[in-house]
Amino acid sequence: MGLASSSEGRYIPPRRRAHRAAKEDPLNVQRQENAVAVDKKELLALYQQMLTIRRVEEASAKAYAQGKIGGFLHLGIGQESVCVGAISALNPTDYVVGTYREHGHYIAKGGSAKEVLAELYGKSTGASGGMGGSMHLFNAKNRMLGGYGIVGGHVPLAAGVAFASKYRGTDEVTLCFFGDGSVPQGAFHEGISIAGLWKLPIVFICENNQYSMGTPLYRTLAVADVTERASGYGIARDRFEGHDVLLVKERIAEAVERARKTQQPTLVEVITYRFRGHSMSDPGNYRTKDEVEEWKKRDPITVGRERLIGELKVSEDELISLEAAVKAEVNEAVRFADESPVASEAVMWNSVLSTPDSDPRKI
Amino acid sequence: MRLSYREALNQAMSEEMDRDADIFLMGEEVGHYQGAYKVSQGMLQKFGEKRVIDTPIAECGFAGVGIGAAMVGLRPIVEFMTWNFSLVAIDQIINTAAKVRLMSGGQFKMPIVFRGPGGAAGQLGAQHSQCFESMYANCPGLKVVMPSTPADAKGLLKAAIRDDDPIIFIEGERLYGFQGEVPEGEHLVPIGKGDIKREGTDCTIVSWSKMVHTALEAAEELAKENISVEVVDPRTIRPLDEEMIFESVRKTNRCVILEEGYSFSGIGAEIAARVQSKCFDDLDAPIERINRFEVPMPYAPNLEALITPDVPRIVAAVKRAMYLEKN
Ligand SMILES: Cc1ncc(C[n+]2csc(CCOP(=O)(O)OP(=O)(O)O)c2C)c(N)n1
Ligand SMILES: [Mg+2]
Repeated sequence: MGLASSSEGRYIPPRRRAHRAAKEDPLNVQRQENAVAVDKKELLALYQQMLTIRRVEEASAKAYAQGKIGGFLHLGIGQESVCVGAISALNPTDYVVGTYREHGHYIAKGGSAKEVLAELYGKSTGASGGMGGSMHLFNAKNRMLGGYGIVGGHVPLAAGVAFASKYRGTDEVTLCFFGDGSVPQGAFHEGISIAGLWKLPIVFICENNQYSMGTPLYRTLAVADVTERASGYGIARDRFEGHDVLLVKERIAEAVERARKTQQPTLVEVITYRFRGHSMSDPGNYRTKDEVEEWKKRDPITVGRERLIGELKVSEDELISLEAAVKAEVNEAVRFADESPVASEAVMWNSVLSTPDSDPRKI
Repeated sequence: MRLSYREALNQAMSEEMDRDADIFLMGEEVGHYQGAYKVSQGMLQKFGEKRVIDTPIAECGFAGVGIGAAMVGLRPIVEFMTWNFSLVAIDQIINTAAKVRLMSGGQFKMPIVFRGPGGAAGQLGAQHSQCFESMYANCPGLKVVMPSTPADAKGLLKAAIRDDDPIIFIEGERLYGFQGEVPEGEHLVPIGKGDIKREGTDCTIVSWSKMVHTALEAAEELAKENISVEVVDPRTIRPLDEEMIFESVRKTNRCVILEEGYSFSGIGAEIAARVQSKCFDDLDAPIERINRFEVPMPYAPNLEALITPDVPRIVAAVKRAMYLEKN
């Protein structure tokens, strides 16, 4: 087998060569203009939500460092516009299914900072009563159907939720979030394939932050444009960069509308970037400082703030007081998490099965 | 009413689907083809394509679809053409179905039945002859049900469909044609309740699914030598009716566990552990285990027969337990 070699005689994989050639715009996404229609009240609300999520995650990083939170902790810092924009396009009766990087999705779907932090602290007042942890935030009332820890494994489940909506003839839509790392996974393809075949009211949203753990996209996918998979499954597709929360909302709303009105699924790829490592143990050394700094220029929170001031003439004072309120809310949530009672043994025993096995402690 | 095991299963699903529109059947070839083993014969005609759903060959995909649908209140019956193929869906079953209830702190139920045939069925070779009850039963959050007769098949499947937890319902591939008396209409067998299939006083044989019938044959043989064997069938592997087993062992003072699958980490190991811990003073002999020998199933009929538990091995084990035979 002949290996292609560079002039220095060092092997460079073909994808990498292609990647280098396309260095100007490696993902080949056209830079988007910001969304057209801007409504002050709406953007303020979305901005506040993004900021709350950011502050919650910063607080959780701090608590993690203090040893108050255990396990894995995956932060979505830098990606807030995707979950906030997308979920703002939903009705309350619509469903969300997410990954382990889902603190933001949980809050965007109506959950509170308190519930997230208390769950991370392993407390009974947490989203899942301390049974789930950071990766498994559930809220039945809000139709937040959880975060899942098996990469790609939740995609068929989300299709099943959409199946149920269609079976019952409701107009509910399901949003299924996953990372770029799900795309090579079998479950991803089986779920999307069935959704396409049965025309299920669902929108598949790939939050392409360009890395799966330490592996850049070009080393995991032969075809970098994730949405090319849509054509093989007979579903619609869309692809854009996601730092402007309103643009995300606008584009996801189109896909949601399509799902609701015509039961056609859409595969949407939103290009984004996580500013931190994959999880708390990852310093992210596989990326250059320049690359990270470049993306930080498009921090969704900064972009939102600039639009509020520049286009909507929101005063600095108004924003400062909003920001202070968010900070106070998150501080209060940290206190709440810290002071809440530990997770309940009774809830644990009763959450294994509806009719518990013989006393599980006995076995 | 005399029915085959297959017809009993069909009746259970049909009656339940008549009762509750949230129940549907999904799987490969369940509809137009009428079921790979004809368990769903006539159901498409009766319930239509909305509720008897042919899926593509994507076990991981459709198992996951069932799980998602169950989370939001439907009651899916997911058929695996055989349990061998459930392995490509095992992530969905173990990582999701078994865990959502706990992970959500009890917010979500998982009323889903995964069903299909398991075990060897005659020269099907290594990939199509497997027993998975010990794998699934190892996982808290799942219930594992394995009926041996048409009546149990109907009663347990109806109970499984009404249950709010994920059920692994393993049918005997070799039992589909087996005939038996089945109560008409509302016949429910509670999950977790075993049944004594033959009463006896000298030795207990614990067995389930197809192996119950082999145990009964062996009991018949032994009766000719005046050895009275009690055959107990837990019917549900998890939760296990251990009290029924303990009671029988306390009466006979001897225990033979007959299992179609492998012994290593098998169900028999679990039962033996419980029996020795709860009936230590009642046992007059070491517990005997009979299992498939530890090789992937070969194709050749002589070898398949060699590694599969059969009547002579059971007879010998019972006699060992009674100190009537050495080794
Ligand atoms: C099936 C499976 N394999 C491996 C892992 C370990 N793992 C957790 S996250 C991850 C990377 C996933 O990347 P991506 O899908 O792009 O999501 P992101 O973390 O970037 O949000 C890996 C390999 C896992 N959780 N599940
Ligand atoms: Mg990624």
